[in-house]
Amino acid sequence: MSWKEVEEGAVVKGGTSSAYVVSGWRVKRPIIDETKCTNCLICWIYCPEPAIVRREGAKVAIDYDHCKGCAICEVECPPKAITMVMEP
Amino acid sequence: MTQLEMAKVVALQGDEAVAEAVRQCDVDVVAAYPITPQTIIVEKLAEFVAAGRFRGEFIPVESEHSALSACLGASATGARVFTATSSQGLAYMHEMLYNTSGMRMPVVMAVANRALSAPLVLNADHGDMMGSRDSGWIQIYAENVEEIYDRTIQLFRLSEDPRVMLPSALNFEGFILSHDKERVRLIDDEPIRKFLKRPAPKHRLDPKEPLTFGAIANPDNYYEFRMQQAEAMKNALTVFEQTENEFEAFSGRRYGAVDAYNTDGADRVAVINGCAAGTMRATARAMNSTGERVGVLAVKLYRPFPAGEVASHLRRAKSVVTMDRSMSPGAPSGPIAEDVKSAMRSAGLNQPVMSLVYGIGGRDLSVEDGRKIFGLAGGGVLTCDASVIYGVKG
Repeated sequence: MSWKEVEEGAVVKGGTSSAYVVSGWRVKRPIIDETKCTNCLICWIYCPEPAIVRREGAKVAIDYDHCKGCAICEVECPPKAITMVMEP
Repeated sequence: MTQLEMAKVVALQGDEAVAEAVRQCDVDVVAAYPITPQTIIVEKLAEFVAAGRFRGEFIPVESEHSALSACLGASATGARVFTATSSQGLAYMHEMLYNTSGMRMPVVMAVANRALSAPLVLNADHGDMMGSRDSGWIQIYAENVEEIYDRTIQLFRLSEDPRVMLPSALNFEGFILSHDKERVRLIDDEPIRKFLKRPAPKHRLDPKEPLTFGAIANPDNYYEFRMQQAEAMKNALTVFEQTENEFEAFSGRRYGAVDAYNTDGADRVAVINGCAAGTMRATARAMNSTGERVGVLAVKLYRPFPAGEVASHLRRAKSVVTMDRSMSPGAPSGPIAEDVKSAMRSAGLNQPVMSLVYGIGGRDLSVEDGRKIFGLAGGGVLTCDASVIYGVKG
């Protein structure tokens, strides 16, 4: 974008992080082992991005577009159901 | 009867003149932390609030970093905002200086210039503002108390112009101007309000419509934001002239981006900013009355630097003396010297320049010193660029 077009003061609408793809930031990706997951939603609480998706009648899933690969979910998961693995 | 004839004439200290102008400019929010020699400004404003003479919100904060943070947030809502500081206080604001200019907030700040610690000193030099020179703020150096008053009013108009939208700093030497009582012709409230206009900002922080200011840019577009800011600073040069035209129309007063005294008839010209310009002018007047040919170019607007105008006044001089009231250890010469040399060389002017440092930490500059300084640059002595630290005990 040309310098003439960027928004003065870098002002953007609030609440727009869901429209911003951060998957390119990731070195490792979280993988959920559904056999260990109890759907306690601790990962959903701790995730700093909208990357943990709650699903009706199913266990949580990862929205990889919004996962930066910070691994907070892996550390916080009580039954150790989340493992970070290297991106290919 | 003109506005000028109607004006009330009073005796004010430099700091009091700032406070009076802020009160008249219909400022919405003031957030500041006291520091000598700026303190009188915030004390006066607090007094105005207590006496019901100032309708703005006065936010007492715990530090200068918080002061400018509060100003930044208030400015994002579209409020007219003012703060003041000196020396270490300005240094403590440093991080927020860049946020304020980067988010394009037209905050106006008074800086009663004071040298930086250590060792601790309360008196003036320009080291505080020069340390923040590249923070993207418009910078003006005033020479007397009436100019301090007028510039405070002008800066709100200049900063808030949609073509500019940049914060600005009004500099004046601590104690020499902040505490000196001088004659000021006050202007009525009404013409000031008309002059300031209060243009609506493009973005306004509103809880009903949340916005992020100064969002992350990353290497793919940070450069473009910086470029846009630099262009706004360029625009400020044009808007500055329009501001002065409009201000002159109702006040009858004008200062210019530079003030040239006998620069066309001089073989030596001193280029200087701040209040010592007056001392150098008095020196030049005395010297010229006895047949010498010297001139003074006072740089009033320092950022954006009026390079073309500076060069045009130095065309006829045989040699030039630049006078910096700040030290830049390890640099080839002081900031004024470097800007002036760059402006001259870009305009194809190759006369020798003596870059001189003076008045550090409040060391006084007298007319006698002025004579010596013109002497150093005269009589065929200066044949190539030179550098002088003037007035230090050897």
